[in-house]
Amino acid sequence: MRLLGLLFTTSLVIGLAPDADAYMAYISNEKSNTISVIDTDKLTVVKTIKVGQRPRGIGLTKDGKHIMVCVGDDDAIELIDTKTYEIVGTLPSGPDPELFAQDPEGKILYVANEDNNMVTIIDIERRVPLGEVQVGVEPEGMGLSPDGKLLVNTSETTNMAHFIDTKTREIVANVLVDARPRYAEFKRDGSEVWVSSEIGGTVAVIDPKKFEIKKKIEFAIPGMRKEAIQPVGIGITKDGKTAFVALGPANRVAVVNAATYAVEKYLLVGQRVWQMAFTPDEKLLIVTNGVSNDVSVIDVASQRVVKSIQVGELPWGVAISQQ
Amino acid sequence: MIRLLLVAAALLVMSSAGFAADPTEVKVGYLRHVQPRITISLIQTPPENDGLAGAQAAIDDNNTTGRFLNQRFSLEDVRIGEKDDPVAAAAAMVERGITLIVTDLPADAQIKVADAVRPRGAIMFNAGALDDRLREEDCRANVFHTAPTRSMLADGLAQYFAWKQWRRWFLVVGSHPADKLYGDALRRAAHRFGIRIVAEKVFEDTGGARRTDSGVVQVQRQMPVFTQGAPAYDVLVAADESDVFAAYLPYRTWDAKPVAGSAGLIPTSWDAAHGLWGAYQMQNRFMARFSRRMTALDMQAWSAVRMIGEAASRTRSGDTKALADFIKGPDFALAAFKGQRLTLRNWNLQLRQPILLADGRTIVSVSPQEGFLHQVSELDTLGFDKPETKCKLN
Repeated sequence: MRLLGLLFTTSLVIGLAPDADAYMAYISNEKSNTISVIDTDKLTVVKTIKVGQRPRGIGLTKDGKHIMVCVGDDDAIELIDTKTYEIVGTLPSGPDPELFAQDPEGKILYVANEDNNMVTIIDIERRVPLGEVQVGVEPEGMGLSPDGKLLVNTSETTNMAHFIDTKTREIVANVLVDARPRYAEFKRDGSEVWVSSEIGGTVAVIDPKKFEIKKKIEFAIPGMRKEAIQPVGIGITKDGKTAFVALGPANRVAVVNAATYAVEKYLLVGQRVWQMAFTPDEKLLIVTNGVSNDVSVIDVASQRVVKSIQVGELPWGVAISQQ
Repeated sequence: MIRLLLVAAALLVMSSAGFAADPTEVKVGYLRHVQPRITISLIQTPPENDGLAGAQAAIDDNNTTGRFLNQRFSLEDVRIGEKDDPVAAAAAMVERGITLIVTDLPADAQIKVADAVRPRGAIMFNAGALDDRLREEDCRANVFHTAPTRSMLADGLAQYFAWKQWRRWFLVVGSHPADKLYGDALRRAAHRFGIRIVAEKVFEDTGGARRTDSGVVQVQRQMPVFTQGAPAYDVLVAADESDVFAAYLPYRTWDAKPVAGSAGLIPTSWDAAHGLWGAYQMQNRFMARFSRRMTALDMQAWSAVRMIGEAASRTRSGDTKALADFIKGPDFALAAFKGQRLTLRNWNLQLRQPILLADGRTIVSVSPQEGFLHQVSELDTLGFDKPETKCKLN
């Protein structure tokens, strides 16, 4: 009887999760050349949009009117109308764009060009390039401080986080991290930037004032070989208390206490989990599972995986509408 | 006028104080013994800068990183022929202050060179020789190996066929010493992974030209007859490093069977078709710089020079001993577009690496295969493992 009660409680928690307002989650499917649109209320795919070649990095303009998606093999960022789902234009991203960061006003886009060791700066409204910054080999991860003053770019073969002053567009510091840094994420208060190293298997917590590594977070999953633990995407809650780290072929998302840096839990998701995004109310976290062609939906409060949703082939990035 | 000069002098002082000290110079040598090689396939003739280009690409990558750390990397290419003495060439490099030497040498020359430069504190990175003995009974404490061994390649292939359940092999081995060594590695791999060699034949190299105008007519008849009468088998595996016959086997066997080993499905450290795990970027930047595709030897040399760069950036040093110590230590890992970190087998200084299985157009699979487990690293299911090693480093 007690067991039954326990079962009821568990299912209740799972059943309760998706009662958020309906936001739209946009998933870039690297192999299908599509974007899957998910209604986060119904948790089903409501639309599939055909885009250019090899869509990866994805985001929304601050006004919510456009989806921006890097189509690397077409050397462009496509703009898609969020009402009609039509491609309405492209941004001059430079060659092979992969990820980007947007300034707080939503006017400027900073794009990592993996093929030529550059960060390209674009005026979103006028759709023209404003300049370039030379960085290390294979730039990828892009993070912008909440005040928009400091840009972090990670270079995969140079193994550094480059800190760029967005005003002068000069590199002000380089912090050496573990092998193949993939992603950079600031805390909302700007006190820390977290950088994941895919091959090194760690997350470096960097003080963006001193440009020093405060803490290196390591992961260990019983029965899982070290090489399979490959951190990529990072999501930190607005209150700065909890972080989620996608661990790639380990098929797990680590839940990290962002104050003590202790890894508290590993959530089993789909295969080769990479990127993630919160719903604006932070009730749900959606993560992309490349190899299993689905996304996992995590209930943030209960730290449970509540649903898997089939999307296109090799889902890569995810962005969620703010209204 | 004088005032102006003073200002200029002050500026000079300021600017030199503003910059850090002179950059740390890291000189890398590339010592290669180039033998003219004729291949069966016209499109597989090795480029003149095979290997060297990979080393140069890594020097560029190291310098991009070095820009941020005030380190500068340079490469000196020394090419020797049949009549040149590799020991003298290496000694001259050391004389010029180069104690980090990437090598593409035959096994015997590799050993001699390593022993000769060791008292001078030089270390070497074997990017070319596949010989297992260089990591086993003939291993040296000052030689790292980025080239995979024949046993690693053979095990990578055998694991895939074990997974595929193509467990009956017809083995054909060439008559040259290198072919025999590869044949040995394939036999060992078959035994390890439960594959039965149901027939074995030697293909004698009787000399003659690789390519002749009407050769195709003869080959079309010769290969079916050569492979006729074998017991039932799943795949024909050829050991032909000398490139005498294997390329002639696909589509010409008596039975309608696939070919692997030195033709057909080939185990390798790199292939121009490999684009996974960021390899696409590597291939693009290589093509842009050298106007040709990247070979396995290029990748092995790239890995060697990147190991040096990685150690230099982690230790903030250009000192040869400091670099060698770091590479041998527990914190060393190299990212080389293979989907996982490459680490060092510190018992014989071999770089652990996945093995690609390439068919000339695509990557068919990457070994180790799922399910082949190991208590330390699944990469150690490829090649000779620690408990069986004959290597004694001292």
